[in-house]
Amino acid sequence: MADVTFTVDGKKLTAPAGTLLIEACRKAGIEIPSFCYYPGLSLQAACRMCLVRMAKVPKLQTACTTAVAEGQEFITNSPEIEQARKAMTELLLGNHPLDCPVCDAGGECELQDMTFKYGAGETFYAEAKNHREEQQWSPAVFYDRPRCILCYRCIRVCGEGMDVWALGIENRGSRSVIAPNQGNRLDCEQCGMCIDICPVGALTSGTYRYKTRPWEMHHVTTVCTHCADGCKVTLGLRQVDGAAEIIRSDNRDKSGMNNDFLCAKGRFGFDFAGSEQRLSMPLVRNAAGKLEPATWEDALRVAATRLTEIRGARGGSAIGVIGSNRTTNEENYLLQKFARTVLNTNNIDHERTTDYAAFARALAGQKGKTAGLRDVAFAPAVLLIGGNPTDEHPLLAWALRTDARLSKARLYVANASPIKLERQAKATLRVAAGGYKDLPAQLEKGESDFAKAVLAEESLVVVFGEEFRGADVANLVAWGLKRGNVTFAYLGDHSNSRGAADMGLLPDLLPGYVPLGQPAGFSEYEGLPTAPGKDLRQMLDAAGKGELGALLVMGANPVAKRGLDPAALKNTFVVALDIFLTETAEFADVVFPAASLYEKSGTVTNAFGDVQLVRKGADRAGVKSDFEILVRLAGEMGANIKALVPFGKTAVMGDLGQSRGVQSGEADRHAVWLAANGLEPRLSPFDPFAAFDEIVRLVPGYDLDRLNLLSGNDVRAEIGAAPGSALSTTDAIAPAHDGLFTSGTLGRYSKALKDIQEHQERELLESAAD
Amino acid sequence: MSPKNMKEEPLTIFSPQLSARFDALVQKYPVKRSALIPMLLYAQDEVGYLSDAVVADVARRIGITELDVRSVASYYSMLRFKPAGKYNIQVCTNICCMLRGGYELFDRFREELGVEHKGITPDGLFSLEEVECIGACSWAPAIQVNYDFHDELDPDRVPGILDSYRSQAKAEGEAHA
Repeated sequence: MADVTFTVDGKKLTAPAGTLLIEACRKAGIEIPSFCYYPGLSLQAACRMCLVRMAKVPKLQTACTTAVAEGQEFITNSPEIEQARKAMTELLLGNHPLDCPVCDAGGECELQDMTFKYGAGETFYAEAKNHREEQQWSPAVFYDRPRCILCYRCIRVCGEGMDVWALGIENRGSRSVIAPNQGNRLDCEQCGMCIDICPVGALTSGTYRYKTRPWEMHHVTTVCTHCADGCKVTLGLRQVDGAAEIIRSDNRDKSGMNNDFLCAKGRFGFDFAGSEQRLSMPLVRNAAGKLEPATWEDALRVAATRLTEIRGARGGSAIGVIGSNRTTNEENYLLQKFARTVLNTNNIDHERTTDYAAFARALAGQKGKTAGLRDVAFAPAVLLIGGNPTDEHPLLAWALRTDARLSKARLYVANASPIKLERQAKATLRVAAGGYKDLPAQLEKGESDFAKAVLAEESLVVVFGEEFRGADVANLVAWGLKRGNVTFAYLGDHSNSRGAADMGLLPDLLPGYVPLGQPAGFSEYEGLPTAPGKDLRQMLDAAGKGELGALLVMGANPVAKRGLDPAALKNTFVVALDIFLTETAEFADVVFPAASLYEKSGTVTNAFGDVQLVRKGADRAGVKSDFEILVRLAGEMGANIKALVPFGKTAVMGDLGQSRGVQSGEADRHAVWLAANGLEPRLSPFDPFAAFDEIVRLVPGYDLDRLNLLSGNDVRAEIGAAPGSALSTTDAIAPAHDGLFTSGTLGRYSKALKDIQEHQERELLESAAD
Repeated sequence: MSPKNMKEEPLTIFSPQLSARFDALVQKYPVKRSALIPMLLYAQDEVGYLSDAVVADVARRIGITELDVRSVASYYSMLRFKPAGKYNIQVCTNICCMLRGGYELFDRFREELGVEHKGITPDGLFSLEEVECIGACSWAPAIQVNYDFHDELDPDRVPGILDSYRSQAKAEGEAHA
């Protein structure tokens, strides 16, 4: 809309007509206090904190509902407004208990801040405050009724943002309270958005309440370890004996792709990291056949000796390597390099949840044809085929809802069964079970109204998942490429499933989906075996037949996932790197206790190809990152570590500041400059960024924008940058289908998620019995 | 989500007449939920109060959540979630009625019935409520028994009013028998 000019406190401001006064003022650096106003949610004007004087209008107006127009004059700072704000805080505090010293929100409470800044120091109310008992609505959400200031934020974010509509308001006047949908219980997606958005301590989190004060924690922003959407989470950490433990996880850093959003897993499912069941010492199987604690030296020696023996006696092809969907890109890259150059085997795979190799093949030679999560979130039109993002990709679902609600995006849903996102859809198509593969042809015919609407779109983001594999992916992509102005997002399941595939945890493809036959840059690998290796299923079959001498499993649980008979592994020397004694680790001969994603640094790639920086937050005594374990293992095997991890090389090439004079701030800027140019002296073989340098140098599609990445932004990795790839087997793909409260093996160790899941199952039973 | 979204439409709990009235009512407004308050009032007249079943049925007819219905209904004091007596006596104590003896009237009802504000007699015949203005200020003090008005009262007329309803109830009971 056209710009208008108006006056605030004597200053001329300009903003597009229709901008809300509160927003226009904030942009111009004029603070207007408010509680109920929240960008992106409907307007409420409930708290009356943002009252301003508007010329020629008899009463004070709420800045959050006043749209600016040409020539208007406002006063936001005068004795009258100050008095209005004082009176409003006094009213808000009328029944609000002054229990700040024990309140969870104390120290990060908007009401506290506003009272300090704008409130009156005293009150006219001499009456006793209304008190009501606190309620527990679910394992995740508690409601302290007297603290509530009735701003309606929770109701709106639950309804408009989450499309769950589980909160309402009951009664009238000072007796009003927020009410959950099941009387005194909450039957919902348990995302905890209501807790996060609460400006006071009325809604508190079951996992965090009364544990600490906000200023006693330090905060580290990293990437969630659960699903494949890659939300930024901020971990609140506290120092405990020998470790830094995670007390809270939220999204106070709103710079991520998830912006305001975090789901139940991201918000409450961090407690696995502090589980009593975490491994804290290496374990080695003794002569009696029992796993017993060992020193790192012993465990490394046993593993290295046996692996070296088996490699020597039976060759690398007798060794299998299974990688993880949750480890960092650097660890995955190192694992395949270790497998290929130290163990001399291409028998490497991971628990594939989708067919990224086919996606890369379909997009070979194309650039800019994939959509990042931000692209999906702001796309004018999205075609969602299959899956149920509400359960399996909560951030994607949030982004699609927000896009439809705030930007009037057109969402087209083609699915075999009804899904919740159809409520936001402009058109829906019921696909016959197993009929997804015919969809491109069906759309192209343009006979149905759905197809006509989709074909009429000028640009389109196509979001699809594991329902498409192999040739079906190629068909769909070919259809889109032919139409032009179509971009794709192909969904996998875990926090770094995409990274595992991109980093070449595949038997026949090198990192970046480079075919083994034309290794290009990877020809610098020493002793790279050329024959394709076995995939996961073939490795397990071979183990069953006694043909596999050794199996190295890093952060995976094939025994549970594939229903493997553990007896099949009895003739195989199994080395496991894991954070828990999983079903697979239980049958290993050597088990190394690994750090979780919250305890290491590196990068991960989400399902959409957005690469983000993982920062070390928590600390746990006794564990090491998978990266360090692999390097130590390789060292113990006598491998050339300098060839495996390029450390100690770049220091001499780096400009250590000599060329630019010394001045204040130089050191900081110099560090940024070095990081951005990949010239930091990597002094340790355990520095994952040494591997990152090599990834950027060698892996097609990963020539990343370092400065952005290191500043904490998400950057795009290209898929299909390699010039056409060999076939990769598709029969080993097994989607995880994790729901809102499950997260593979990891989720089983989260008490918070298990409690929430039980709560929801009870709600389900009760509502079914109604 | 939960299976309740996928349940088949249950049979309505309302009489055919009221059901037909509701069907017409939800079509009458540009937005279905505008019919909410009249529906709740009619439903309360028929069922006696807003039972869980009433809330569920009304929510289903309008296509909103039960929580939405409760949010609206709990705002209004004339909508109730618990049964009232067969005759709900509402005594006004707003200013005009108060000045002309509303409280004395209310106290007399309390004594005669032996119940307090919002109480129900053990036989379930009467319930008593102290209410705000019922719009009969010119004839204060006034009370409303269900939809009947009794005005320009004094406490001594209370037993007579109660007796008239007792005999009315008795006559109805005999007619049914």
